[in-house]
Amino acid sequence: MKEDKHVITMLVDNEPGVLSRVVGLFSGRGFNIESLCVAETVTPGLSRITIVTKANPPVVEQIEKQLNKLINVVKVRDLTHQDSVMREMALICVKASPEHRAEILRIVDIFRCKVIDVGLEHYIIEVTGDEGKLTALLNLLRPMGIKKIARTGTIALIREPK
Amino acid sequence: MEMTGAQILMAVLKEEEVDTVFGFPGGAVIDIYDELVRTDIRHILVRHEQGAVHAADGYARASGKAGVCLVTSGPGATNTVTGIATAYMDSIPMVVITGQVPTHLIGNDAFQEVDIVGITRPCTKHNYLVKSVDDLARTMREAFYLARSGRPGPVLVDIPKDVANQSAKFKPQEDIKIKSYQPTYRPNMKQLKKIVGLVKKARRPLLFGGGGVILSGAAEAFTAFARKTHMPVTTTLMGLGAFPGSDPLWLGMIGMHGTYRANMSTGNCDLLIAIGVRFDDRVTGKIETFAGNAQIVHIDIDPTSIRKNVGVAIPVVGDCLQSLNELNRMITEDNQNAFEEDHREWLAQIEEWKKQHRMAYDQGTETIKPQFVIDKLFEITEGRAIITTEVGQNQMWAAQYYHFDGPRQFITSGGLGTMGFGLPAAIGAKAAQPDRIVVDVAGDGSIQMNIQEMATAMQSCLPVKVLILNNGYLGMVRQWQELFYEKRYACTTMDHQPDFVKLAEAFGAVGLRATRPEEVIPVLKEGLACEVPVIMDFVVEKEESVYPMVPAGANITEMLLV
Repeated sequence: MKEDKHVITMLVDNEPGVLSRVVGLFSGRGFNIESLCVAETVTPGLSRITIVTKANPPVVEQIEKQLNKLINVVKVRDLTHQDSVMREMALICVKASPEHRAEILRIVDIFRCKVIDVGLEHYIIEVTGDEGKLTALLNLLRPMGIKKIARTGTIALIREPK
Repeated sequence: MEMTGAQILMAVLKEEEVDTVFGFPGGAVIDIYDELVRTDIRHILVRHEQGAVHAADGYARASGKAGVCLVTSGPGATNTVTGIATAYMDSIPMVVITGQVPTHLIGNDAFQEVDIVGITRPCTKHNYLVKSVDDLARTMREAFYLARSGRPGPVLVDIPKDVANQSAKFKPQEDIKIKSYQPTYRPNMKQLKKIVGLVKKARRPLLFGGGGVILSGAAEAFTAFARKTHMPVTTTLMGLGAFPGSDPLWLGMIGMHGTYRANMSTGNCDLLIAIGVRFDDRVTGKIETFAGNAQIVHIDIDPTSIRKNVGVAIPVVGDCLQSLNELNRMITEDNQNAFEEDHREWLAQIEEWKKQHRMAYDQGTETIKPQFVIDKLFEITEGRAIITTEVGQNQMWAAQYYHFDGPRQFITSGGLGTMGFGLPAAIGAKAAQPDRIVVDVAGDGSIQMNIQEMATAMQSCLPVKVLILNNGYLGMVRQWQELFYEKRYACTTMDHQPDFVKLAEAFGAVGLRATRPEEVIPVLKEGLACEVPVIMDFVVEKEESVYPMVPAGANITEMLLV
C-alpha cells in the first residue's frame, strides 16, 4: 500500500513526560516521524505537537487511534486533506564570498526572506514557508556553499470557516 | 483534616474498597508500610516483587476487582516490570504503587533510584510520579478509575518517600473526570442493527469471543446470544469460560492450538462475530487468509483494536456487555426457530469435523500422558476449580482438556506468555476466592521461575495446589525444535532438576509424586484434599506434543494433527 505524507497535529497536557509518551508510541509501534514540533498554546496547561509522518492509510488510522488512547492527548487531527495552512522555518548560514554577495541578496529578496546576521564571509538567512519553498531556496543557495542549517519541522493550523 | 501522605494513601485504598495488597517493603516505602499495618487491609508478603504483581493480577482476574501491589523503589520497582507488562497485554485492572527516593534526590542517581515511570510508560495504561502530597489523593483516585474503566489495564503510581510523610489536607471522595479520557461504552445502534441483519442472513455464522467478554462481565449475555441465535461458539485462550465448555454449541478454543473443528469453522464460516478480541497472531495464523470466506463483525471497547490486524465489515466501538444486551433485545422469539433451521447444515458439518479429529490421546499402561492428568483433574474437581497456568505446553493442555463452564475460572498469561506467572497468580486467586480450589498447572521449567512464592503461600495460609507436568524439557520449545528444527534440542533439556517433593517439604508444604498412570488419580485426590499448599509432581511422557498445531504463519485451517 502506498505511503503518503501526513501532518498530524494534537493538543496535549503540558506535563513532564508527555512528549516521551508520544514519541515512545511512535518508536514502540514502528511508526515513522519525519519531523516534530512542540510548543505551548494560549490555553494554560496545553501544548501543541505537530508530527509529520509517512504511512499508508491503515497505519495512519492506527497512529490517530493510538494517539487518542494516550491519556494526556486531548485532541488529534490529521490535517493532510483538510483546508489548512502549513509552515516551516529555517535558519541558513551561507558562505558569502564577494562575488556571491549580491546574488544571495537578490535571492533573499525574491523569496521574501531576511538576512539576520552578516559577516565578512557569511550571511544567516531566515526563511519561512512551506516545504517546497524551503527546498527551492536551498537548491539555489547550495552552489554558494551552505555552512550550517537549522530547520524546524512543519507546524500547521486548520483554517477557520470564512 | 491534615493527614500524612501515607495516611492519605490508606484512606484512598479504603475508599476504593481495597481489601488485599500484595507487596514487599523497602526503604522508600517504610512510611507507607507503617500506616498499612494500622489498617484492616490484608498484606500478603511475597518473596520477590514479580510475585507481588502476578498475585495482584491473579487476584484481579479471579475477583473482577482491581489488584493492588506495593513495592519499594529501584530494584523493587524494576522487578515489577514483567508483571506489569503481563497485565497490560491481557488488560487486567491493577494499581501498582512504587516507592521513590525523596523528591530532592530524584535525578541524582540516589541509592535505589530508578526512573520507573520512564521504564513502564510503554507497558502501563498510564502512570504517575506524585511530586506533591497535595496531588496524592487525586492521583490515586485517577489511577483506580483508569485501571478499571474502558479497556482496563495496569496503572503505576510512583510515590517519593517525602511525599509519603509530608502532610496535606485530605478531602474525602471526589468525582474523577478526565477530559481527554472518555471511553465509549454505548455502542452505535445503527451498527448493531446491521449486525442483526447479517445474523439473519448468515448460513454459516460463528461467534468468536475473547478476554473482553470476561472483563466486561458479559459471559452470561454472550452465552444467551449464542443460544438465541443457535450459533456455534469458539473463544480465544483469554475468552475460555465466557461460554460453557459443556454446551453443545461449544467448539473449543480457536488458534495455534485450537480444536480442529473450531479452526475449520473459522476458515469456512460466512459470518464471524468477534467480540472483545484483538486478533492476536496466535489466533489468526496467516492474517491474509483468516476467516477468508466470512464477513467479519468486530465489537470492542478499544478503537485501536478495530482494524489493527484484520479488516472488518461492521466495526462497533463499545462495551461488550452493553452491546450484547442490545443485540439480545433485538433478536425476537420468532427469529429463534428460524435460526435452528438455518444453521442445521452448518452444525452438521461441524459435527463431522469433530468426528474426523477429536481431541484425544492414548493413555497406555507405562508412562503418564500429560493430557490424562488434566482430564482427571477436571473430573475430580468436577470442573469447578480455578485453574492458573504457567506458559507453554502445560498452559495449552490445561486450556484444551479442562472445560471451563464459567468466567474467571481460567487464569493465564495469554498475551505476554509469562513463565512464572501461574504460582503467584494462584496465590492471588486464592486470596480473592478462598472457598474455591485453586490449581496452578505448571511445567517443570516454568515453575522454577517463581517457586520461591511457595513460602508466600505457606506464610499467608493460602493452600494452592501446584500440579507439575514434569517432562524434563522446556516442552513447547522442544516441540518446535522437534517439528521445525530437525530435533536439535538446543538448550531445552533440564538436565538437573530439584526433587520437587523434597522441595515442597522444605517449604513446609506437602509434596506428592506420580510416575505411573495408576498413581495419577490417588495423587490428585490426596493433593486436592490437603489443607496446606501442595506440589504434585507428575512425571509424564517426555516427548509428548500439543496438537493440533498451526505452524507459525500458516493458514489456521492447515493444522498438524497427531
